[in-house]
Amino acid sequence: MNTICTREELGRNVVRYVVDAPLVATHRKPGQFVIVRVTDHGERIPLTIADANPEMGTISLIVQSVGKTTREMAMLKSGDTIHDIVGPLGRPTHIEQFGCVLCVGGGIGIAPLYPIAKGMKEAHNHVITVLGARTHDLLILEDDLRTVSDDLIVTTDDGSYGAKGLVTDAIRSLVNGGTHIDQAVVIGPPLMMKFTSLLTNELGIPTIASLNPIMIDGTGMCGGCRVTVGGEMKFACVDGPEFDAHKVDWDSMIRRLGTYRTAEQVAAERYNHECRIGLDAAEAR
Amino acid sequence: MNAATRLKLPPVVMPEQDPSERVHNIREVPFGFTPAMAVQEAQRCLHCTNQPCVEGCPVGVRIPDFIQAIESGDYLAGIGIIKQTNLLPAVCGRVCPQEEQCQKDCTVGIAHGDVGQAVQIGKLERFLADWERENHAAVIPQIAPSTGKRVAVIGSGPAGLTVAGDLIKLGHAVTVFEALHMPGGVLGYGIPEFRLPKEIVYAEVAYLTRLGVDFRYNTVIGKSLTVDEVRRDYDAVFIGSGAGLPNFLGIPGESLLGVYSANEYLTRANLMHAYDENSDTPILHGKSVAVLGGGNVAMDSARTALRLGAHRAMVIYRRSEEEMPARKEEYRHAVQEGVEFHFLQNPLEVLGNPEGWVTGLTLQEMQLGEPDESGRRRPLPIPGQTSHTLADIVVVAIGNNPNPLIPAALPSLQMNRHGGIITDEETMETPIPGVFAGGDIVLGAATVILAMGQGRKAAHAIHALLMRTTEIARD
Ligand SMILES: Cc1cc2nc3c(=O)[nH]c(=O)nc-3n(C[C@H](O)[C@H](O)[C@H](O)COP(=O)(O)OP(=O)(O)OC[C@H]3O[C@@H](n4cnc5c(N)ncnc54)[C@H](O)[C@@H]3O)c2cc1C
Ligand SMILES: Cc1cc2nc3c(=O)[nH]c(=O)nc-3n(C[C@H](O)[C@H](O)[C@H](O)COP(=O)(O)OP(=O)(O)OC[C@H]3O[C@@H](n4cnc5c(N)ncnc54)[C@H](O)[C@@H]3O)c2cc1C
Ligand code: SF4
Ligand code: SF4
Ligand code: FES
Repeated sequence: MNTICTREELGRNVVRYVVDAPLVATHRKPGQFVIVRVTDHGERIPLTIADANPEMGTISLIVQSVGKTTREMAMLKSGDTIHDIVGPLGRPTHIEQFGCVLCVGGGIGIAPLYPIAKGMKEAHNHVITVLGARTHDLLILEDDLRTVSDDLIVTTDDGSYGAKGLVTDAIRSLVNGGTHIDQAVVIGPPLMMKFTSLLTNELGIPTIASLNPIMIDGTGMCGGCRVTVGGEMKFACVDGPEFDAHKVDWDSMIRRLGTYRTAEQVAAERYNHECRIGLDAAEAR
Repeated sequence: MNAATRLKLPPVVMPEQDPSERVHNIREVPFGFTPAMAVQEAQRCLHCTNQPCVEGCPVGVRIPDFIQAIESGDYLAGIGIIKQTNLLPAVCGRVCPQEEQCQKDCTVGIAHGDVGQAVQIGKLERFLADWERENHAAVIPQIAPSTGKRVAVIGSGPAGLTVAGDLIKLGHAVTVFEALHMPGGVLGYGIPEFRLPKEIVYAEVAYLTRLGVDFRYNTVIGKSLTVDEVRRDYDAVFIGSGAGLPNFLGIPGESLLGVYSANEYLTRANLMHAYDENSDTPILHGKSVAVLGGGNVAMDSARTALRLGAHRAMVIYRRSEEEMPARKEEYRHAVQEGVEFHFLQNPLEVLGNPEGWVTGLTLQEMQLGEPDESGRRRPLPIPGQTSHTLADIVVVAIGNNPNPLIPAALPSLQMNRHGGIITDEETMETPIPGVFAGGDIVLGAATVILAMGQGRKAAHAIHALLMRTTEIARD
């Protein structure tokens, strides 16, 4: 049982929790995640450790409500408990002094991007951050990222904030403007990661992506999180979650994420029906 | 009763759920013996002086003695005898491959020329263990005075539980670290409810908790705590982290939607209760499920598929019926339930539709050649003989390898070519002083009783080590 210390709404359907998890707080590194089970009949879902305070023994988790479990989690208040938290899992991000590091985040992927950008900054890199959102009020953590970035660019699909367009447009104009980038990190919706990775490949920028396949145990036991990287099968929970973005078989990974779409919709609808909460399901993705 | 009379007694048939009914529920298949049935079965034992059955049991359970106790109605004495060497009889009685172990050379079976006629040792063992649990008769053993020593056990599978049970009784403090949210290892997440009710596993864990064992779930050693931290805080460490790394075939199509490893399929069904409509964890309910492999894991997957509503469950195995490593009882139960067996078929490719969903398999017909190093005849492809079969779910059940998490976190361990930790055979100690290992992490995917046997050896050696260091400290 892990107690929730604070709860804060970051944006539409996005909540930040600070949770008591001493072992995770003292052992985690940027890029790692936990697996959470909200109740004792619940599903196990992976969530990135967005930040940690080892002295206080707490970690922060940023959750976007997309389906049954994340919505159930969003209902929790400070003082409530989360049934199980296990971690830190996965390999930490490879952080070193690369020179100029481009951090690209989209949607909820901005949450896991934050600790990495912070780590890159602490390793004396010049950090340029590009954040993408569909529309302004879906953008999260802008201020947090600004504090760890030398430069920060926001794009929105509808032009409601920042530059109108996609993150790939912003990256292209950066490079066209003469910015030299030594390393890129991209985390976001799989399609965005795919297209960013195609672009950085074309531009010759080494890129790592943090993958978010469906997971159960997170210890390499089930193989459900398998992804194809460079033609080889890898288990994202133990071999990743970060991989060379240019070697990832994106289409297969995106397809596998849709495995339970029907079942998930049924579970989410039943849940909505049961508790009649007014969360905006339309913004789920 | 003389031997000739005993030999004439037919094996007592254990009542079971009817196959047509049981495929619609997850309750245990065999109901167990009534006391009268158990006594009748016990009467079949000849109490041989050479005790071939004891020879065949990896932990040397004093079989004729406990059977004698059943015959004379003293169940408490009987269970006491078993527990001297086997901490988990309710589990072993159900899942040991008895026909290859204790029952293999049983004199009664030999006399009838049929191992199927042997005294049903496993079922009698189960009877006593169930009797004890159902009557709350478990005797809390005398616990030795505290030695002040602390032992860390990594993994709560049968190996780890055995080490914990043995050492707590000897007065050491024991902490068990488990990565999952639930104990038992494969007993919890792998072997289905209809074969091993989880209530039994929990009862064993509750018993160990009463003895003082501290269980810490959601703790992955090597991640939540480093192995060095554990070594610093404890006087000895036992690694029982199991063989939880699923093998895939490496054939095209394995990342299609609807392809599962058996571990994932069974974990969703067991650990996460996906068979229950109210569970949040989804599982795909296929109409036609093809399971690749021929061991217990394959039987469990195919039978689980039927219980999840599949119209057709197929086991596809590249050797023949004879080489199949599954327990005979599981095979029999699977056949009764309508699982189809396709022998001498080797999958070449998983086929899919343009949306990425599985549609079937391409199979290569095989024939048996010369025996290989495992002693089983090697399957060889018959050139040109391939076929297709339709399936909307494929479960890959071709075995597991030792979990690499701990070895990766402790580079000074030495590994064999299957990824198993190399230990001293007698003490189970690794080359790192004070670090022991046993069970599937050493043997590769093996059996419950072998894992427990190694756990017991390690517990002896750990106790000896801790008492030695106590002596030195006192000097
Ligand atoms: C390593 C890792 C780190 C993650 N970190 C975070 C995080 O910090 N914050 C956060 O909000 N989410 C994160 N996720 C995603 C999160 O785990 C999923 O959103 C969650 O499992 C969905 O559960 P659900 O029951 O609410 O929704 P479901 O009902 O399971 O799914 C609802 C919708 O979300 C999609 N979906 C399901 N699983 C995933 C997934 N793993 N990734 C992306 N989409 C998915 C489904 O296709 C479906 O459309 C992470 C995933 C991984 C693998
Ligand atoms: C589906 C299936 C059916 C089977 N059927 C039979 C049968 O009928 N009869 C039979 O005798 N055998 C059977 N077996 C084999 C038997 O279950 C195993 O041989 C036995 O469970 C091995 O015991 P163990 O204690 O070594 O490991 P496991 O049972 O694998 O337990 C290991 C435990 O360690 C935990 N762990 C791993 N890494 C860490 C870590 N870093 N930190 C903390 N915890 C960790 C795991 O989560 C797990 O709980 C079957 C196996 C499977 C998969
Ligand atoms: S532990 Fe297994 S092999 Fe030994 S007597 Fe019991 S059932 Fe037979
Ligand atoms: S070999 Fe069979 S008959 Fe002989 S003692 Fe053992 S169980 Fe009894
Ligand atoms: S989540 Fe099970 S192997 Fe990665």
